Amino acid sequence: MNDTTEQILVKYKNADRDSLIPILQEIQEVEGWLSEKMLTSVGRHLDMPVSKVYGVATFYNQFRFQPKGRFHIQVCRGTACHVLGSATVLEEIKKHLKIDVDETTKDGLFSLEIVACIGTCGLAPVININGNFHARVTTDSLRDIIESYRVQNNN
Amino acid sequence: MNFLISEVLNLAPGESCSGDTGSKLEILRNEKIDKPIIFIGAGTCGLGAGADKILEVTRAYLSEKNIDTEIIETGCVGLCSSEPLMDVQLPGKNRISFEKVTSDLAEEILSAVFSGNPIPENNVLGQYSAGGNEEWDGIGYIAEHPFFKPQKRLVLKNCGIRNPISIEEYIAAGGYRSYLKGLRSYSPGDICDKVEKSGLRGRGGGGFSTGRKWKFAFNVESDQKYLVCNADEGDPGAFMDRAIIEGDPHRLIEGMAIAAYAIGATKSYVYIRAEYPLALKRLEIALEQAREYGLLGKNIFDSGVDFEIKVKMGAGAFVCGEETALIHSIEGKRGMPRPRPPFPATEGLFGKPTIINNVETLANIPSIIEKGEEWFASIGTETSKGTKVFALSGKISLTGLVEIPMGTTVREVIYDIAGGIRGGKKFKAVQIGGPSGGCITEQNLDIPIDYDSLIEVGAMMGSGGMVVMDEDTCMVDVAKFFMDFIQRESCGKCIPCREGTRRMLEILEDITHKPVNGSSHHALRRFKGVTQLEKLGKVIKETSLCGLGQTAPNPVLSTLKWFRDEYEEHIFERECRAGVCTELRTFTIDVDKCTGCTVCAKKCPTGAIIGARKTPHFIVDDNCISCGTCVQVCKFDAITVN
Ligand SMILES: Cc1cc2nc3c(=O)[nH]c(=O)nc-3n(C[C@H](O)[C@H](O)[C@H](O)COP(=O)(O)O)c2cc1C
Ligand code: SF4
Ligand code: FES
Repeated sequence: MNDTTEQILVKYKNADRDSLIPILQEIQEVEGWLSEKMLTSVGRHLDMPVSKVYGVATFYNQFRFQPKGRFHIQVCRGTACHVLGSATVLEEIKKHLKIDVDETTKDGLFSLEIVACIGTCGLAPVININGNFHARVTTDSLRDIIESYRVQNNN
Repeated sequence: MNFLISEVLNLAPGESCSGDTGSKLEILRNEKIDKPIIFIGAGTCGLGAGADKILEVTRAYLSEKNIDTEIIETGCVGLCSSEPLMDVQLPGKNRISFEKVTSDLAEEILSAVFSGNPIPENNVLGQYSAGGNEEWDGIGYIAEHPFFKPQKRLVLKNCGIRNPISIEEYIAAGGYRSYLKGLRSYSPGDICDKVEKSGLRGRGGGGFSTGRKWKFAFNVESDQKYLVCNADEGDPGAFMDRAIIEGDPHRLIEGMAIAAYAIGATKSYVYIRAEYPLALKRLEIALEQAREYGLLGKNIFDSGVDFEIKVKMGAGAFVCGEETALIHSIEGKRGMPRPRPPFPATEGLFGKPTIINNVETLANIPSIIEKGEEWFASIGTETSKGTKVFALSGKISLTGLVEIPMGTTVREVIYDIAGGIRGGKKFKAVQIGGPSGGCITEQNLDIPIDYDSLIEVGAMMGSGGMVVMDEDTCMVDVAKFFMDFIQRESCGKCIPCREGTRRMLEILEDITHKPVNGSSHHALRRFKGVTQLEKLGKVIKETSLCGLGQTAPNPVLSTLKWFRDEYEEHIFERECRAGVCTELRTFTIDVDKCTGCTVCAKKCPTGAIIGARKTPHFIVDDNCISCGTCVQVCKFDAITVN
């Protein structure tokens, strides 16, 4: 079984239900996603049916049930970004990487997610790749940005 | 540290001091300095605009030249469109601020500061005046800058100016004295009274009197009460709560401490969005500092009062901004709202009395205690007191955060402060209140911004997002955007909200997409859609359990009210005047220009283009999905779009 999950669970000894979300967040932070196995161990640890754990996890947009790519792209689909063309940006990424939202490229390099507002509306449209913000992206700059990550991977 | 605790925190709020203590404080406030300081605007927005590069360049420069000086990473001053910002302060001189700083400009500024070259004249935003320092000739004051002049910054006072993660600087600037004064001189009931009399209303959207809300919890007997700070900031287009936490976390902590004392809560949570990692980090640092100073913990400053703040990270669900959903989420459950009463003030978190307040609401509290409720009540309008922070974004010249006294008109905000529409385009509308709000159009631009006037014109204060739209924005598309957001975020508990919003979205998609066939029957169905939108909207509003459903139809109803002609154009003329709904476009091939090269026919994804080689081609309208590929690939400019 997964050591990291166990290590995280050890930290939450005698934890109550209100630790469920923090535990899931911590596991996802390390693993990048939540697998069936991980959810089962969390359920066992908190003495909760796995169905309940799964119920909570699927309610929140943050949790992913598929591994993410080495570079995780978040496209803001908030109002300000929408008005400044984030729909086109999203389409362009999809076309460029040939994946849909919540999917990962075959080489495992890129995954795509949409989020509602990253809080930098003044610089819309914004995307976030592995925690780095890219502001005022255009369909042109987008390709360069994505390719620069690909290059980073090759080095 | 000892000196701050023993001498400074004992001063009355607002009291200034002279002599030895006074000059020590001037040093802590960076007014009297003996070596230059570099300030870099490193809020999320600054970093997004490139402040991380500037920080790198600055660090490299300093280490290369072996210069020992301080770099302070501040939050956001509010002028996001001018970011990255870099300020320098030389000993004895006023602090001067540069906008849109590039790596080259940063080097130029640094070499001016440290090698005595003249300060660059381009990209100067202005100078700050403080502590009798010498002024720069020929450089305007920030306080006189059109963006800042009409503002009244109470909540944002320190944002972008002071070091957010220096509790010493916050205390030196008068911080935490209101809290200690509250503990020592006022009873919890007094504080509830003061806040009620100040007229402060919740900044999270509801606009309920904060003092009155506190009293509900104050009057309940319980072994444990909770305070929760709602930092979920779900409105996509609002970012003031993020900026407050990143730029001045101690103000929030102080506000929370006062609120907790007033209602008798000893434990509290900040429920913060997971999308705000930097705010989370700075808040954690600030909390640790406050604990070290004994401002949080047990028996705070020998008052017998205990208070602790824990941070809970949200997990990306808009509905969790709703009070009861938020409580469920902290308890580790699915974030679904429940019926009220019982209100959280009597039965909330873990079944105990709980007060939930927004970040901006709480950040207002320290100044109310410091300067008094009459002072606060003197700002603003009859029913809406104090200031409000708005997040300006969209098609506007200057974007960012502005804090204005209530009663300022929308026109002043958009034209005087933010410089009007970007690129000389024509103003169309400003959307206020996010997914619960509505539009303000040209004819209503002169209404004063307060809770009630906004509701009168079908918008609402909400959390303060203002997204400005110009002639290139399609209002039907905006309505569709909000409906798409809402139907995804509905928790699914109530059928009208879950199903109704989806039906509304389908109708809007029908209107903005290419008609399946051009029959009049279809046009009739599309037209009926508009009346159905109104009907559905009414039912959803009346029958939903929580605020999400009760306000969900607002963006659609509001655009229908003000921009019905745009809807009708989409339906009858199949035209989108803003050119946003690209599926409504029709394409024709000019027979004179077409050479029959067949490129478009090969590229057309649906095979809608037919024609033999070297003869003019033709588009079969029924198969065309209006993707526009043919226009892009035609080398002879033979395809026109309507
Ligand atoms: C769907 C929905 C989302 C909300 N989102 C937020 C939010 O992100 N931030 C916030 O402070 N209040 C939000 N509210 C309002 C809160 O429920 C609550 O009224 C507010 O936090 C109370 O604080 P206040 O009195 O200081 O405004 C939301 C309400 C609803 C119905
Ligand atoms: S109105 Fe919508 S979001 Fe609110 S409880 Fe009902 S279904 Fe959930
Ligand atoms: S709308 Fe995209 S960052 Fe806020």
